Amino acid sequence: MELTSFTFKKNVKKKLSDARLQNNMRRFGGRFVEARAKVMQEVDNLEDIRVAAAAIRDRSLANLDTYLTLFEEQAIQRGTVVHYAETAHDVNRIVLEIAQANQVKKIVKSKSMVSEESGLNDAVIAAGIEAIETDLGEYILQLAKEPPSHIIAPAIHKSVEEVAELFSEHHHTPKSTDIPALCREAREQLRPHFLSADMGISGGNFLIAETGSVAIVTNEGNGRMVTTMPRIHVAITGIEKVLGTLNDFSTILRLLTRSATGQSITNYVSVMTGVRDASNADGPEQSHVILVDSGRSRLLAGRLKQALRCIRCGACMNHCPVYQNIGGHAYGWVYPGPIGAVLTPSYVGLKEALDLPQASTLCGACQVVCPVKIPLPELMRVLREESFSQGLRPWHERLSVTLWRFTANHPKLYGFMTRHVVKLLKALGGSKGLIHWLPGLDGWTEGRDMPAPSGKTFRDQYKAQQDERKR
Amino acid sequence: MSARDNIFARIRRGLGLPTIPLAEERERALSVINDKPRGPRPSQVWQDPISRFIERCQQLSTTTEVVSDISAIPQAVSNYLNQYNLPRQMVIWPDFSQYNWQEVGITVRVGSAKGDDLVGVTGAFCAIAETATLMLPSGVNTPSTVSLLPETHIALLDKKRIVNYMEDAWALYMAEKGTLPRAVNFVSGPSRTADIEQTIIIGAHGPYRVHIILY
Ligand code: SF4
Repeated sequence: MELTSFTFKKNVKKKLSDARLQNNMRRFGGRFVEARAKVMQEVDNLEDIRVAAAAIRDRSLANLDTYLTLFEEQAIQRGTVVHYAETAHDVNRIVLEIAQANQVKKIVKSKSMVSEESGLNDAVIAAGIEAIETDLGEYILQLAKEPPSHIIAPAIHKSVEEVAELFSEHHHTPKSTDIPALCREAREQLRPHFLSADMGISGGNFLIAETGSVAIVTNEGNGRMVTTMPRIHVAITGIEKVLGTLNDFSTILRLLTRSATGQSITNYVSVMTGVRDASNADGPEQSHVILVDSGRSRLLAGRLKQALRCIRCGACMNHCPVYQNIGGHAYGWVYPGPIGAVLTPSYVGLKEALDLPQASTLCGACQVVCPVKIPLPELMRVLREESFSQGLRPWHERLSVTLWRFTANHPKLYGFMTRHVVKLLKALGGSKGLIHWLPGLDGWTEGRDMPAPSGKTFRDQYKAQQDERKR
Repeated sequence: MSARDNIFARIRRGLGLPTIPLAEERERALSVINDKPRGPRPSQVWQDPISRFIERCQQLSTTTEVVSDISAIPQAVSNYLNQYNLPRQMVIWPDFSQYNWQEVGITVRVGSAKGDDLVGVTGAFCAIAETATLMLPSGVNTPSTVSLLPETHIALLDKKRIVNYMEDAWALYMAEKGTLPRAVNFVSGPSRTADIEQTIIIGAHGPYRVHIILY
């Protein structure tokens, strides 16, 4: 996917003034939050399960190469071919090699965020192979030629009118804004592709070391289609997605679906192991798994390691006030929201995504809802520290932090400065006590007024109170 | 060095482990895999898995019917087809080919489903009470397509085979079969999507209707 994270501020301005997007975000954004809150009430020991889920993910990460080795042994024994991709680019190369070796003409895809990292569709289409997204949201976006804006609801930024227009234009059908009719239309358009494709590409929510299986979690049934109907199945997933056992998977699943869509379980959970053999009536003859590194192994060593626990539920973005206002596209890469603000700089380079860790009020909502207890605000703070210490922040920001640090380390000077600044701010506030414009900080006051302070600092007030008592 | 070697070397460096894996790392990992520790489950607030299963089916838009025994199944299926005005041709799992379909005026084809089959009948290896989920392993006698391609999926479920949690389903499967089949599909209700305006629509690429007959 094309990277535009380095123009984050510009992206945000554009998105904030996009009336249609703002309207769509306001209308649909809250639904996941409500659904999640409701379904979590069924679980009387949520906290215990979260602690266990985080521990399961940590156990996988601490034994990552061993678990991958065990997974690989089991998978190979069942006839699956395991490939390793060091970079996103390698993913495209491997898929094309498999496709060309097998004379593949048509690929059906179910959702895979990892394949978005490498822009797989473009690469496949450029090689003359047809590639069709089959998740309804992804299908809509493929027609609209847009990237996803959410990891589980990729077309959350689109209204039914926009979908209706796209469908009528591409399917040459009369325009209808009836949502069930649009869903049926997509089913009818896509069914022949499922039946005629040579290759199905899916993501992999998890890999199971115990059995060498790939697990996928879906609602529409397209995931089952692409992994059952074509003669070749390719699953693409990150190396960090391995779990020890089927029981580990069962624990994690309880939180994944509830956190993601507010369902106690998704309609389909498929655990696939190996290829079709004599004991099967259907299924692919070839099974491939592509394990992608692309920056993940680098995270294991550092202070951002916990981000690798992520099970891609999307709850952090659903609950993020920043995401809810700017939408997913503003983040400029595959993963938006708080987890994107940590992963994007880690995978594409801090310099390329400098403003993402800043795109947070550190309100902590993401950490509260994260099913695997990733301390997202803390990780964003780590990246902020790094961008400062690497000298990547703009000079005026660095200068002001340096000045502030000096002042804060000299209490007398600090008292003197704050007393005068507060007076100045009070004067700026005028009779209404509201500041409309702050020199050098106009970003702050552009969309709102800042309440002016009372005119006295805490220290002055405290001192006055102490003097009063003494008397 | 292959991509695999490079990735594994980076992982081990990142984890601060020696370049060559130690034997005890593997043993430790294997002991977890052999122990298969179970994580915490939501408390079992239900007494009887069958009634819990039926109650949870409603939340998933799955319909259910309980019949007295196997012999009552063909008539129950026939009534269901009538009720929804569905065609009287079905694709079914081989296990049920001996049932008396002819008597109730239904024609059946045995085996995998095709793209234009409208009604599919499957059994289930077992079912899970917690989430009202069917466990459908793939196999010669249990083709996956029958629960996927038709618009209507009818599942015949032995009510003695409803376990409480997914962990129990795995344990039962491993105890009876030893290894996983090519695919285990857990099915919880008809397919759905909420990709347009977050509005839940029943019926996406899989079945529009799931009906479970418990015997
Ligand atoms: S960081 Fe946590 S909340 Fe966000 S997507 Fe990952 S698992 Fe879900």
